[in-house]
Amino acid sequence: PYIDRKVLVVMNDGRVIVGTLCGLDQTTNIIVRGCQERVFSEDEGVEVVDLGLYLVRGDNISVVGLVDEEADAAIDLASTTAAPLLPVRH
Amino acid sequence: MLFYSFFKTQVGQQVTVELKNDLAIQGVLESVDQFLNIKLRDIHVVDAERYPHMLSIKNCFIRGSVVRYVQLLPSTVDTALLQDAARREAQSTQQMSQTKAAAVQA
Repeated sequence: PYIDRKVLVVMNDGRVIVGTLCGLDQTTNIIVRGCQERVFSEDEGVEVVDLGLYLVRGDNISVVGLVDEEADAAIDLASTTAAPLLPVRH
Repeated sequence: MLFYSFFKTQVGQQVTVELKNDLAIQGVLESVDQFLNIKLRDIHVVDAERYPHMLSIKNCFIRGSVVRYVQLLPSTVDTALLQDAARREAQSTQQMSQTKAAAVQA
């Protein structure tokens, strides 16, 4: 139900990627198109546009969230400051 | 399989999932699968949204491997039943490994 929707992926190392979910499988390997990484720090707005098409291995994924396009447009990334997400520790 | 069955009984309840990266997400349990991957709806991030990363997310899928805790309401859990089921499960796994060991030796 997330297919072809805009998703936000949180990875195990704390990085955040946003893009269109094109496919996935049993081990939650995913394919994301048009993805951009969101880097948070004390001064945001830094978005690195990565590969147009990414394959992310399921091992490395923490969370896949469905982005509400309206709410997302309402966020002013340039003024959002936050601590970076922690990497996953087992 | 035991906890998979247990979580299926919790579908529809408010839960808080604490992840191994210290993120805590509260939401309604929408579904669970055999890997204990969790789907939550109507989520909101606990802890004063120190993590604004999820502001535009209402529904999410959480990989079972990154869950540290799942916090539930005690009133929704029949602990006696759970303990009992766990005991039986532990006994049956013990029996299975014993018969396997015996089969391997033979």
